[in-house]
Amino acid sequence: MTDTKKMPKTPMLDQLESGPWPSFVTGLKRLAKDESKPYAPMMKDLLGQLEHSYETRKGYWKGGTVGVVGYGGGVIPRFSEVAEKFPASAEFHTLRIMPAAGMHYTTEVLRKMCDVWEEYGSGLIALHGQSGDIMFQGCSTKNVQPAFDAFNDMGFDMGGAGPALRTSMSCVGHARCEHSCYDEPRAHRRVINEFLDEMHRPAMPYKFKFKFSGCPNDCTNAIQRADMAVIGMWRDDMKVDQKEVKAFVAERGRSYVIDNVITRCPTHSLRLADDDTLKVDNRNCVRCMHCINVMTKALHPGDDRGVTLLLGGKRTLKIGDLMGTVIVPFLPMKTDDDYEQLVDIGRRVMEFFADNALEHERTGEMIDRIGFANFMEGVGLPLDPNMVTHPRTNPYVRMDEWDAAVEAYRESRKTNGAHNKGGQS
Amino acid sequence: MSARRAVESGVPELDPYLHPLLKKNYGAWKWHDRPRPGVLHHVAMSGDEVWTVRAGTQRQLDVHTVRALCDIGDRYADGYLRFTSRSNVEFMVASESQVAPLIEALGKKGFPVGGTGNSISMISHTQGWLHCDIPATDASGVVKALMDELHEEFIHERLPNKLRISSSCCEINCGGQADIAVNIQHTKPPKINHDLVGNVCERPTVVARCPVAAIRPALVNGKPSLEIDERKCMCCGACYAPCPPMLINDPENSKIAIWVGGKHSNARSKPSFHKLVVSNLPNNPPRWPEVSAAVKKIVHAYKDDAHDWERLGEWIDRIGWARFFELTGLPFTKFHIDNWRGGRGSLNASAHLRF
Repeated sequence: MTDTKKMPKTPMLDQLESGPWPSFVTGLKRLAKDESKPYAPMMKDLLGQLEHSYETRKGYWKGGTVGVVGYGGGVIPRFSEVAEKFPASAEFHTLRIMPAAGMHYTTEVLRKMCDVWEEYGSGLIALHGQSGDIMFQGCSTKNVQPAFDAFNDMGFDMGGAGPALRTSMSCVGHARCEHSCYDEPRAHRRVINEFLDEMHRPAMPYKFKFKFSGCPNDCTNAIQRADMAVIGMWRDDMKVDQKEVKAFVAERGRSYVIDNVITRCPTHSLRLADDDTLKVDNRNCVRCMHCINVMTKALHPGDDRGVTLLLGGKRTLKIGDLMGTVIVPFLPMKTDDDYEQLVDIGRRVMEFFADNALEHERTGEMIDRIGFANFMEGVGLPLDPNMVTHPRTNPYVRMDEWDAAVEAYRESRKTNGAHNKGGQS
Repeated sequence: MSARRAVESGVPELDPYLHPLLKKNYGAWKWHDRPRPGVLHHVAMSGDEVWTVRAGTQRQLDVHTVRALCDIGDRYADGYLRFTSRSNVEFMVASESQVAPLIEALGKKGFPVGGTGNSISMISHTQGWLHCDIPATDASGVVKALMDELHEEFIHERLPNKLRISSSCCEINCGGQADIAVNIQHTKPPKINHDLVGNVCERPTVVARCPVAAIRPALVNGKPSLEIDERKCMCCGACYAPCPPMLINDPENSKIAIWVGGKHSNARSKPSFHKLVVSNLPNNPPRWPEVSAAVKKIVHAYKDDAHDWERLGEWIDRIGWARFFELTGLPFTKFHIDNWRGGRGSLNASAHLRF
């Protein structure tokens, strides 16, 4: 019989076991002490390596190439650079697995995932990674395939990694939110599952992310994080239940309503009338959501609902943080055809990105390099004044094609204009 | 080994995992309120009501913790649960009377109930030393240490508005934009291991990754390698991911910076990026006390001075940066000025001043 491996000494990590917040260190130790489980030695050495990182203030993982049959991505390979000291965790790969939209689970499916991960992995699961994957962390190279097969048999598939379409995220939306302006889980699943080839066989210049938020509160942080942000929107008048407005005013008082609702409207589109009803200038409402967030019983998005699409959000590398900017002010999202139109725009943008971006360039950086107007012409989307904060302030541009551009704009208003007239009252 | 081909099933169907009450009222919710911190109460058009109890987790969960959450779900919440994007767990129940026992059960197992409304929710963060290949610090440790210190603001709703924090172990900032972001800031150019570059790195790729064109191919000691123009290098670490011998991480010189005023919601003001306020805090495991002290200073100033519904960045928009630095006692230096051509937009081109 083999001797039981000793628990490593972890005086620094031990200091992260106290305090009111749940401790990941305590969890790691629980796994390391599961002597009857195959992962106990791996987790002992993982703790040893992590303590070593804390002592030396350096990381000791390097990448490599590990995958499953038929896919070119989705596994994050990790090989230890200090494997001679911590041999049992020499290989500690992550499997990225996509959850259902909105990260809903039955306890039954979570327990099954735990069983699989006890058999093949480390017993350590991150719920969830920043892209929205279930991160099954800590797998030997030889166990990657059987672990994935087991998750795949349960109906789960690999997420994205590398220069590929990435796993998506959607807010709780239709499942439990009155602000929801479209069926986010449906859009999420429809769009991502259309492009699985781009996810599982990475062949794009760099990563491409969709995120789906049901309203401009943007709970998935789509505008800042996603290449394509799909944000719920409405273009008719917001709904006001004046009886509930009066009840709110009676309960909170007029000054509360004036200080926290009326004067917080960014476009001064709200007015409290003498009879404690609310007057809304819907033409100038920018759908920011503030008043709706405060008066959840009285105010709601309108009935003519759909989405706004923004493109180009990303984090720092390489040219600095970029926000997504509007490429489609409004797309209705009611019929099956509407959802197919969203897929179609996604396809056009991804194809343009694949054809035109440089290696390791995100959509926002590509647009920065080639120019927004050129990008829009390339994907065939009409321009709209909603796409700018203000028109250009410098005259250094060649404008000999002005008349043709005016004509193109008039044409696009004839065919797309109906989408862009939000807030007529 | 007989590997089988994957069933390319993609994102799974939602229906099997959705609480029956949420399924029944799918897309037909009317309004919500928050009866207490950590509890949401949603009312559907049908008149159905659902109470959600939200609790914080450590994100990096061992199977025992996941099963403990499942036990609670089975006993108190019909066998369903979900997670938020900030790694909070949520249990849904159909009657108000089920809420208190659920809260008690979560408390007994050490899961703090909160993170709703005007509170500090769980910190969105990255992998760090536990699993990343390029980290200069450990996200989980920084987050655990900070959440211990900010725990009271998680379990109460007593801030002017919600406050979102993120933490990132390199300058890529995978943790994301936030009201307060705690990010690594390298302060020295990479040290190059010239023995390895030629074999490990695709040199043109590394040259192309540099945002300021500071890297060029070179022959060093007779070996193909790379060299850095250290006057140009701004120590971002972009070269390190494609070329690990470009050693950017340094126990002493990889510091921690704090950024404030990021906001992703469109409510009131447009989404905004966070801005640098403090840098060069030591990367000091296991509890990073200097980081916690600086974050708490900013949280307290915001809590004391902001108006209802102002997010941290909106508060600063109102009071101005001069007042922010005064109220927090933080120094303002030349490094706070975005010193490149495109940064001119961040200078004050007006006579609007505060004294």
